[in-house]
Amino acid sequence: MSAPNNTYDPVEVAALSPEELQRMQAEALAAIGTASDLAELKTARIAHFGDRAPLTLANAEIGALPPAARAEAGKRIGTVRAVIKQALSDRQAELEADRDRRVLVDEAVDVTSPWDRHLDGARHPITTVGERLIDVFVNMGYEVAEGPEVEAEWYNFDALNFPPDHPAREMQDTIFVEGPDPSQRSGVVLRTHTSPVQIRAMLTRPVPLYVVSPGRCYRSDALDATHSPVFHQIECLAVDEGLTMADLRGAITAFVDAMFGEGLQTRLRPDYFPFTEPSADVSMECHVCRGASTKPGGEPCRVCRSQGWIEIAGCGMVNPRVLVACGIDPDRYSGFAFGLGIDRSVMIRHGVSDIRDTLEGDVRFSRAFGMEA
Amino acid sequence: MRLPLSWLLEYAAISLSPDDEAGVKEMAERLTACGLEVESVEPVGQDITGVVVAEVVEIEELTGFNKPIRYCQVSTGDGQDRRVICGAANFVVGDRVALAPPGAVLPGGFEIGARKTYGRVSEGMICSAAELAIGEDHSGIMVLPADAPLGTDFVSYAGLRDVVFDINVTPDKGYALSVRGVARELAISYQVPFTDPADVGLLPGYATVSPDVYPVAIEDATACDRFVVREVRGGDPATPTPLAMKIRLARAGQRTVSLAVDVTNYLLLELGQPLHAFDRDHLAGGIVVRRARPGEQLETLDHVVRTLDPEDILITDSSGPISLAGTMGGVATEVSETSRDLVIEAAHFSPRGIARMSRRHKLASEASARFERGVDPELPVRASARAATMLAALSGGTAPPGYSTAAVDIEPVTISMAADYPDEVAGVIYGLDTVLARLREVGCTIGQAPARAPAEPTAPAEHAKPAALDPPAMLAGGQYTSPHAQADHGKHDRSGVALLVTPPSWRPDLTDPADLAEEVIRLEGYQNIPVRAVRAAGGRGLTGRQRLRRAVSRTLGYHGFVEVMSSPFTSAADFDKLQLSADDPRRRAVRLANPLSDDEPLMRTTLLPGMFRTLTRNLGRGFSDVSLYETGLVFRPRPDAAPTAPILRVDRAPAVHELAQLTAALPDQPLRIGAVLTGNVDLPGYWGAGRAAGWQDAIEAARDVLRTSRLQFDVRADQHQPWHPGRCAALFVQTEEGHEWLAGHAGELHPRVITAFGLPPRTTAMELDMSVIEAAADALPPVQSPDLPAYPPAVQDVALVVPDAVPEADVERALAEGVADAGDVTLESLRLFDIYTGAQIAAGHKSLAYTLRFRAPDRTLTAEEASTARDAAVAEAARRTGAVLRGA
Repeated sequence: MSAPNNTYDPVEVAALSPEELQRMQAEALAAIGTASDLAELKTARIAHFGDRAPLTLANAEIGALPPAARAEAGKRIGTVRAVIKQALSDRQAELEADRDRRVLVDEAVDVTSPWDRHLDGARHPITTVGERLIDVFVNMGYEVAEGPEVEAEWYNFDALNFPPDHPAREMQDTIFVEGPDPSQRSGVVLRTHTSPVQIRAMLTRPVPLYVVSPGRCYRSDALDATHSPVFHQIECLAVDEGLTMADLRGAITAFVDAMFGEGLQTRLRPDYFPFTEPSADVSMECHVCRGASTKPGGEPCRVCRSQGWIEIAGCGMVNPRVLVACGIDPDRYSGFAFGLGIDRSVMIRHGVSDIRDTLEGDVRFSRAFGMEA
Repeated sequence: MRLPLSWLLEYAAISLSPDDEAGVKEMAERLTACGLEVESVEPVGQDITGVVVAEVVEIEELTGFNKPIRYCQVSTGDGQDRRVICGAANFVVGDRVALAPPGAVLPGGFEIGARKTYGRVSEGMICSAAELAIGEDHSGIMVLPADAPLGTDFVSYAGLRDVVFDINVTPDKGYALSVRGVARELAISYQVPFTDPADVGLLPGYATVSPDVYPVAIEDATACDRFVVREVRGGDPATPTPLAMKIRLARAGQRTVSLAVDVTNYLLLELGQPLHAFDRDHLAGGIVVRRARPGEQLETLDHVVRTLDPEDILITDSSGPISLAGTMGGVATEVSETSRDLVIEAAHFSPRGIARMSRRHKLASEASARFERGVDPELPVRASARAATMLAALSGGTAPPGYSTAAVDIEPVTISMAADYPDEVAGVIYGLDTVLARLREVGCTIGQAPARAPAEPTAPAEHAKPAALDPPAMLAGGQYTSPHAQADHGKHDRSGVALLVTPPSWRPDLTDPADLAEEVIRLEGYQNIPVRAVRAAGGRGLTGRQRLRRAVSRTLGYHGFVEVMSSPFTSAADFDKLQLSADDPRRRAVRLANPLSDDEPLMRTTLLPGMFRTLTRNLGRGFSDVSLYETGLVFRPRPDAAPTAPILRVDRAPAVHELAQLTAALPDQPLRIGAVLTGNVDLPGYWGAGRAAGWQDAIEAARDVLRTSRLQFDVRADQHQPWHPGRCAALFVQTEEGHEWLAGHAGELHPRVITAFGLPPRTTAMELDMSVIEAAADALPPVQSPDLPAYPPAVQDVALVVPDAVPEADVERALAEGVADAGDVTLESLRLFDIYTGAQIAAGHKSLAYTLRFRAPDRTLTAEEASTARDAAVAEAARRTGAVLRGA
């Protein structure tokens, strides 16, 4: 403990003598010089330069010197401290370099060895591609509407302008829910398309209305490589003032750009759906061969079967009768709808040749697609 | 619908050779572009060469074989007669036949050579229709008309080189199920003249009603509005069908039967009008069209005796039903090889009536397909006239010129459409001239309002024709807007010009302005519709529920689960395998009337059985460490559900109570998420052993889902099938309102369930109701940022001994709540780090060791403060669960 003191005590300040300081310096430099690794150097630093090192303690005694002697002693001790500090720093650099050369090399491991301690999870491509399809529409400002899979016939057919007993109903092989007795129909079906969600949306949401409805659908189809009785559709519905087929084409183009790549041509051809008038089917230029397979000498294309075009969707202007059934004034509003198979999109986009692969739940299938499409 | 090019070109004035591949391809594309999708283009006759017309000069009957064999001498007129073996016997000396001499090639690349057979050298063969791919008739060789020129190439003589278009006709386009309809579309597409086949081959006086013809009456006007009958008398029933007709029928996929049937089929294909011929000798009394009476039966031409439904539409005579109207004739009045006098029917039946009858009897015919899609009601008079004329001419009979008829007046449909409505629909300015021209091309008449120019009373055979309208006059001022027009969509033109459009009789599908707009737009070409940039729709993005669903899916995916989509169909056998009790609500399932498989007639009420099957499929494919998850709806009928859903009106929006009726008939359809696990979840490797999936992993998967939802939740022991009664957790979520909702179950499966589904021992599973979780999570307020005090924590460990039966969760909750009651010390975390049972503690007890981590918001906690808080926690645990500090 030191304090300003005018009483000169030569014994107490012997540590500040030049000889003593030289000795401390010599000891410190010896210890630093013989430290063979960073741990020994750290020990030497603590012993000779730490809070309890003799040199540090000596430094604290400067205050005990008469004022006239302080400058001299301070200068001496400062010199010694600088020498030791420099030696520590130099030795530190040497030893670190040495460690980097020797020790880190010794510690090298085989970083290529696996650490696969957990199972790889994955999401189903119908989920992930479905999300991408949804996102394309959501980014255009559509909202996602949902509906039940076991659905009233009225929503699935009648409200969509499928007249009773019209052969149009036969276009979609329907699975019916059993009625209360054999003579009575239930009026309930497994929905054959996602279009009944259009009706639900129009009945419950205000216009203008922009919705996209993804979901599972059912038809009484035999299961084969390209047909599944359980499948997934997504469709968009826009109802607003002044919508035309030109807007429909705009939506289709934006959609194909986002999903399959920019600049692919699309083509509409007349088709028939009771709930749209006019109706069309949509083909896009094959995103794989871009039509090259149809040219003389072109490589055959598996994706479009060398047709150059791939049918991707059905679409049309919402039939005014459908608007009427939903209480929307067809003189003021018009709409368009555009629907496609999610399963089919997965098949086209990812080269799935057998739809059964999407249904069997083989872990290899989903794992191949990972977490995002 | 299969139609040969040659038939179409007879009525559409297009010059196109079947050998012009590019031209044929273009025609197919044009048909598709106008809405008649060509599914295939099949060249025919191109693969036949060297077949010539020959005459049979001499026949030697060979004996000693197990069937009659003829050795025939045939001449092609070149003086070099050939001898050929023939197995048919339907010809005589002098008949002309199609001869394939050595070197000729028949369909399928079948090359003819001279060969020895039946002990003779056969220099070629005499061809049957089937061998020339113009029919299915193998029963004999084809006898050609006597005037077939000897030595002529048969392919060019018969016009065999052709192209057959197979057209997929959509259900709205009944008119396109005929040469008439398709040729008309071609004529429009190519802008060439069209000859209406309904106008050709008619003799003068065809449109007169005659009292001498077999009498008819319509009893039920809702069943039939036109019924026309003609007679052919004294024809030779053995008359062969002309070769050209046979070939066309074959190209269209129709079998050749007899002259009478072939002629009616031919005209059905050409005009689209179904026709039926009765044997007059088998008719008794006047023909009446009516509905069936109770108990009536009819044996149809397919030899099925059908019990009739009171709704069935019948053709009857005094003996009772003789034909299912527009669907199939009856056996009793069928024309046969002895029928000399025929009664020919052409009618127009209720499309819906025919559709229902066809479905009811599961009997679809060429006739019913057309009637339910819409047949031109003005055709019966003409089509029957052509049939009678053709039959009389071919069979040597006579056909009285007149007809007998019964008819109900039909109001012609007139559609009021704003002149620029097609423009508004398409987003293209077509202009009035184009709209008028296109509508006229499809056969529409465009005229003034009926109030100004009332339609003349028209004869049944005539179209209603309002006064024709001059387009320029109409542009001047819009005076043609009907003052009486109803509020009809698409009617109001910005410029005030409304068109009154009467569609042609062959287009019953045109009923609305939108239908007319489509005609204009499709004929102008969909390819000419511009692409307009998407306008921003201003949506609010995904809902919280939709985002949560994605987050949950990712959570399980990142935790090693693979998503699958299992079959949603199930059966009572699955419920048995799940060990469900007889009154378990999961046994109440939606039953399908026409399931894909009779073995699975129900909709799933739980995801698990389908997932079990997917799991075993993966095991069967050599995977032993499998963790699967699935999200999907399950279907849970409500006990109080309405038995049926009504079919509501569609001419206005339903009322709220009507929609409620629909909802009442539907089952609850909650979204579920399930997971099943077997094998290792931690894999063995050079780092050490693996770890098999246990009940904890299934429960943890459920916890992962709930944590993702941010809901507070509680895990409790439960006994619930199909889980192991001692290893089943029920998970409850806490709602914002303080309610507790069951979210689902998790744990190890019951050993009996494992055996029943053939699963590996100790398979574990969880199933949660996402609808419950979403509903609860939807109400959560946004997360509020926590305080993050920088003062150091104080950590204390405690070991508590409790009886085995005390759930750990209860101890944990008591500890947490004990601290909460002890002032401003925060229990930042509470973690169970050991469970011990054994010699060190009393039997029937377990020791639970916890680390409690305390922190204060405003100061460094002293050891005393931490101990006080710990003691409070322990005291609460002691009070609630009887916990005793270990070693105390």
